Amino acid sequence: MFVALLLVLVTLGSVAFHFWSPWWWTEVASNWGNIDGTIVLTFWVTGAVFVAVCLFMAYCVWKFQYDPNRKAEYKPENTKLEWILTIFTAVGVGALLAPGLIVWNKYVTVPEDVVDIEVMGQQWYWNYRLPGEDGILGLTDLRNITDDNPFGINLDDPNGLDDILIQADDLHVLIDQPIKVNLRSIDVLHDFYIPQFRAKMDMVPGVVTYYWFTPIRTGNFDILCMEYCGTGHYAMRGRVLVDELSDYEEWLSEQMTFEEMIASNGKTDLIKLALNKKGE
Amino acid sequence: MAADSYEDIAVDKGDVIPALEVPPQELYHAKSFWTKWIFCQDAKVIGIQYSITAIAIGLVALVLSWLMRLQLGFPELFPFLGAAEYYQFVTMHGMIMVIYLLTALFLGGFGNYLIPLMVGARDMVFPYVNMVSFWVYFLAVLVLVASFFVPGGPTGAGWTLYPPQAITSGTPGGDGLGIILMLISLSIFVVGFTMGGLNYVITILQARTRGMTLMRMPLTVWGIFTATVLALFAFPALIVSCIMMTLDNLLGTSFFMPAIVEFGEQTEYSGGSPILFQHLFWFFGHPEVYIVALPAFGIVSDLISVHARKNIFGYRMMVWAIVIIGGLSFVVWAHHMYVAGMNPWFGYFFATTTLIIAVPTAIKVYNWVITLWRGNIKLTIPMLFALGFIVTFVNGGITGLFLGNVIVDVPLSDTYFVVAHFHMVMGIAPVLVVFGAIYHWFPLITGRLLHEGMGRFHFWVTFLGSYAIYFPMHYLGFVGVPRRYFEMYDSEFMAVSTNYLNQFITVVALIVGFTQILFLYNIITSSKFGKKADKNPWKACSLEWRTPEVPPTHGNFGKELPVVHRWAYDYSVPGATDDFIPQDIPASQVPNAEVEKT
Repeated sequence: MFVALLLVLVTLGSVAFHFWSPWWWTEVASNWGNIDGTIVLTFWVTGAVFVAVCLFMAYCVWKFQYDPNRKAEYKPENTKLEWILTIFTAVGVGALLAPGLIVWNKYVTVPEDVVDIEVMGQQWYWNYRLPGEDGILGLTDLRNITDDNPFGINLDDPNGLDDILIQADDLHVLIDQPIKVNLRSIDVLHDFYIPQFRAKMDMVPGVVTYYWFTPIRTGNFDILCMEYCGTGHYAMRGRVLVDELSDYEEWLSEQMTFEEMIASNGKTDLIKLALNKKGE
Repeated sequence: MAADSYEDIAVDKGDVIPALEVPPQELYHAKSFWTKWIFCQDAKVIGIQYSITAIAIGLVALVLSWLMRLQLGFPELFPFLGAAEYYQFVTMHGMIMVIYLLTALFLGGFGNYLIPLMVGARDMVFPYVNMVSFWVYFLAVLVLVASFFVPGGPTGAGWTLYPPQAITSGTPGGDGLGIILMLISLSIFVVGFTMGGLNYVITILQARTRGMTLMRMPLTVWGIFTATVLALFAFPALIVSCIMMTLDNLLGTSFFMPAIVEFGEQTEYSGGSPILFQHLFWFFGHPEVYIVALPAFGIVSDLISVHARKNIFGYRMMVWAIVIIGGLSFVVWAHHMYVAGMNPWFGYFFATTTLIIAVPTAIKVYNWVITLWRGNIKLTIPMLFALGFIVTFVNGGITGLFLGNVIVDVPLSDTYFVVAHFHMVMGIAPVLVVFGAIYHWFPLITGRLLHEGMGRFHFWVTFLGSYAIYFPMHYLGFVGVPRRYFEMYDSEFMAVSTNYLNQFITVVALIVGFTQILFLYNIITSSKFGKKADKNPWKACSLEWRTPEVPPTHGNFGKELPVVHRWAYDYSVPGATDDFIPQDIPASQVPNAEVEKT
């Protein structure tokens, strides 16, 4: 009796905790609200199975307690029941998988009207690069990285000159503008994650990974590094500010392009080299 | 074996005694103290050596978890806990628990003790190699422990040891001996395991007693057998990745190391792939989950059946489910890598295979609870642990359906949801089975019972406590709290109340942890002063309880090996006087028993 009761309490307590605890998703701030939808669906399907199995078990424990004058039933197999349960489970699994794959398909299919930006991780901070007026990010090579060229932008590629470089914690983005984040790391693995945006992807040195999202409400959001990256992992923070157009443009006008940055370092010969290439 | 109909499995028709296929083999007989107790070749002693070593190193990992929890619940209160130490504790805790405790305990411990007894053999087929296996494992543990004492300390790369960070200077132990000793220790472990593993597999395939067909083996043996086969295929991926990473680290090769800039300095590395390591690691790492889970599945099936006085429901389905889960476990590994930067198209394939595994796994759960239906359930301590296992395993299993479904994994990966999930499903659930199994087989090993009151207290605190730790922890993951964070600082996305939840978890974790000391106390005192047990105290059918002496002595079965006439689950057979018929009882001795046709 006591054991069955406790099993029931554990089950119902879990359900109560789910509905009444204060800990749940942050309010979504990107277009990925349908990821939340797939999670809620998973909760209902799997939660029902959990409650059913646990309560059935509790019932058995209560109903079929040991009695020396009784014998257990002798029933080794029941092919029909086993098939019914198998099919029932397969249908449930399919009901979870199909919508999940549909949303995943959206996640990996980048729409055409995105703006490319780059987020570059290194131990233990973030750098951002915007494509500038030409709308194209210049090519990079890690071997080009020096104090004067922290992103390793390829000087042979004229598209890099107007790239806007941001070596600060804060990144501003424009509301309702779909963004493709190109993710790069120059040392170890990192992961660019903003809880309210739901999306995430690791950054791997040697390759450029990506995801896309559309911010749907203004505000300041914490950036967390989500892939363990060494002793300073927990301190690798940043902030994304989702702006209306006027605020965004004001911020943008304050940022420096690659060209301006080289000039301010007194390396004008580098600019000439790049501009000559542009003329060719 | 698929052709066996249920009636063939259940009981021999008439008193058939299959002919001996090979003559009895001469056993090695130890002559001195050293060969009898230290370099021992008796699988039972080796099993106990494995268990004691695994539990001892597991206690280290337990203490490490307390230190981690202190930091998470009460940051800044303990100045001796820095970020570097915290990451070292996280890494060593994970590695010890998964490999050096659970793998070694289930396969080396329970495997060695139970396989020969349960299949009716006198010992493993290669006793000498079996002895070497344990000592190689012991050496691996020593190397692991040594890494705590080298300059820079043990590696803090996380138990997954992902490069590049595992061998760069920004990670604790990454540019010193810490990571090297870790890689060496793992390689030694694999060598030792392979010796033992081949023994378990060959013993089960070749040394079963007469009448013990594969489809009559207790599910414990099936679980350990399949897990060992998985391990023999999976561990090579681990050992090669360890060797390749050691070469990257010591000789400057670039298997896993691309060109990187380390704190402003260009390095010599070029062209390697960190993702390749992840594929190799998880090709081992995912089967590893089942290497731990399948023996637990098998053992818990037997605990439920014995203590519910009822045959396991759907035995053949249970066997096939174990085999199918084992097979599928090799084609799901990249579900650990959905957001690792691999080609996103892999997501479709691995999400599908992963969710398919839910079907055979769910069948096992259904069959466990259906076994309880119309049983005659004795709420003994092993049964309590089995019930606790079902609750925690179902809970941890369904959260696997979240993480296995690729898009649902995107926001949840690397959060506390993952930590809660894997602790529930491959930490708590299998450990509850370990406890249940110890309470169940302790009378066989020592001839005495564990103390009942302490045992029940141990169960309730461990079960309710660990559920209270890990169930709410999932919700930290929903909030978005990342794993492997030494400290959260003020984060706008987190409500202040999440800190209270962390404090609650820490307090409960300490209580549950200290209760394990009571359990150890129970083991130590009961093995000397415990109540004397009957010869077959649970009235079980399987052969390990049918030895002429309990605890079983060298050679297990006296003069004649037992001959098996029926499956391992003849409980409450209609017409039989007792509510169990052991496997070595022929039909003629229980004339009234009616094995129901299905």
